[in-house]
Amino acid sequence: MRKLIISRVLQAVPTLWVIATLTFFMTRYAPGGPFDSERAIPEEIKIKLQSHFGLDRPLFDQYLLYLKNLLQGDLGPSFKYPEWEVSELIATAFPVSLTLGLLSLLIALMVGIPAGMIAALRKNSWVDYLPMSLSMAGICLPTFVLGPLLIYALSTQLGMFPPLGWYGPADWVLPSLTLGLFYAAYIARLTRAGMLETLQQDYVRTARAKGAKSWRILTKHAARGGLLPVVTFLGPAFAGLITGSFVIESIFFIPGLGKFFVTAAFNRDYTMVLGTVLFYASLIILLNLLVDLLQAWLDPKARQEK
Amino acid sequence: MSSTHSSSLGRDAWLRLRANKMAMASLFLLAAVALISLLGPLLCSYSYDQQNLDRVFQSPDTTHLFGTDNLGRDLFARTTYGGRISLAVGLLATLVSLVIGVTYGMLSGYCGGRLDAWMMRLVDVLYSLPFIIFVILLMVLFGRNFLLLFLAIGAVEWLTMARITRAQTINLKNAEFIEAARALGYSHLRILFHHLLPNLIGPIIIYATLTVPAVMLLESVLSFLGLGVQAPMSSWGSLIKEGAEKMDAAPWLLFFPGMFFCLTLFALNFLGDGLRDALDPKSSKD
Repeated sequence: MRKLIISRVLQAVPTLWVIATLTFFMTRYAPGGPFDSERAIPEEIKIKLQSHFGLDRPLFDQYLLYLKNLLQGDLGPSFKYPEWEVSELIATAFPVSLTLGLLSLLIALMVGIPAGMIAALRKNSWVDYLPMSLSMAGICLPTFVLGPLLIYALSTQLGMFPPLGWYGPADWVLPSLTLGLFYAAYIARLTRAGMLETLQQDYVRTARAKGAKSWRILTKHAARGGLLPVVTFLGPAFAGLITGSFVIESIFFIPGLGKFFVTAAFNRDYTMVLGTVLFYASLIILLNLLVDLLQAWLDPKARQEK
Repeated sequence: MSSTHSSSLGRDAWLRLRANKMAMASLFLLAAVALISLLGPLLCSYSYDQQNLDRVFQSPDTTHLFGTDNLGRDLFARTTYGGRISLAVGLLATLVSLVIGVTYGMLSGYCGGRLDAWMMRLVDVLYSLPFIIFVILLMVLFGRNFLLLFLAIGAVEWLTMARITRAQTINLKNAEFIEAARALGYSHLRILFHHLLPNLIGPIIIYATLTVPAVMLLESVLSFLGLGVQAPMSSWGSLIKEGAEKMDAAPWLLFFPGMFFCLTLFALNFLGDGLRDALDPKSSKD
């Protein structure tokens, strides 16, 4: 377990360095610059701005300087909003995305796992067919179709929830439902498949022979093995929740990190783009590690291999 | 199936697939969607970018089967045009990912040893990268170039393909028929592409069928964010975006492209499941 953590941390450092380097040169070699706005800035002010941010120095020097600051945990000031540090902008926007992501995950697990379990227990009955057809439909209904449909039905027609914005808990419902239901559909299918396999195992038969109730078998004996595919899926799911939030934030006009990132890229806000990419990358690496640890805890075989 | 010597595996698989009603229904649905998209220009007298400002936001009727948008453009023409783009992106980007993934996976599995370990390490590292963020960055920074779209999506989707191919290669590389080929003195390249590859076709087809919807979804996410196909061109993703913005005034703008897109994804996923059952009966679910 400790070996896994250490090796992942050691692996993360070069990974993050590669990402930082790639992003740095990619943004710099892209056409356009942070001070090419529609409103023309006088040439001398532009030059002054560029020298203020060190953009007049050789590119490689800028790169080394950026890495040096990065090692000290300094992401630099935003080019577009010079009075803000990049880290401050991330600290403002990320909690919004995090709330959205966690709520969606909660919905996905709370809907998906029970649905999959019931379907597995009553295989080939209507409680199997109905949720499984629904989940297939859920997988094929992308968030950017489901979102507008939910707005249309629950907000425009029924007036139950506000259609846009992010001011209070009432605003949280539609975005988290949109994102969560998509993953609930996936998780339901994975749970069903995993459960069906585990329910055929000898130890489950033993438990049944000893007279354990079917509910107890399900939650106590089979769940541990049967939920492994779900846990494995959580890794990609986290990454997907982040991307998903890009779309959701754009549908519902939510001021989250995804929206900041796309805007920053459009504005050529170099430091903000770099900072956000590095932040996302670290987050994904960290979450992948957590998922692997969880997996090792659930599955003794995987524990030994690692 | 024409020759009497055709591989029995292919014939068996086809028979099994034909027995699967959902998969066959999906196949017909896909064929129908593809046919409508391809024949769109013949079925409809309007072009996808022809504006008619006297007839904006027309609801569906006999002259405009799917209605018109805010510029009076015919939605049927735009939906079929978008279908051609979306399907083309789906197929071509899948092909890109297929070529990269299969070559990489076969090489890694066949060579084995340290090279294999390093190559798979690289895949692991790439897996942990926020690739989608790079795709978005690439599209924003370098403009919405159509070629870039294929490359970017293909470059993201090859990883799983490489893993699957490698695992299969390792399973097969010590099989007797490979040993026989080696004993006959064939070159490694010949063994790889003549003897190994045909035996990997099953899993490759299955996974490719499942990659197409994933790719189409990615393309439409990009288009939805305004980073994919640009107006007046359309893809299903960009049409859905337009439809979502104007759904209060004209719900059909969201409904028709959305329906085409969802049905296609639905059919592709079911077909993929059916193919898995048909080509690889051992691994079939429950």
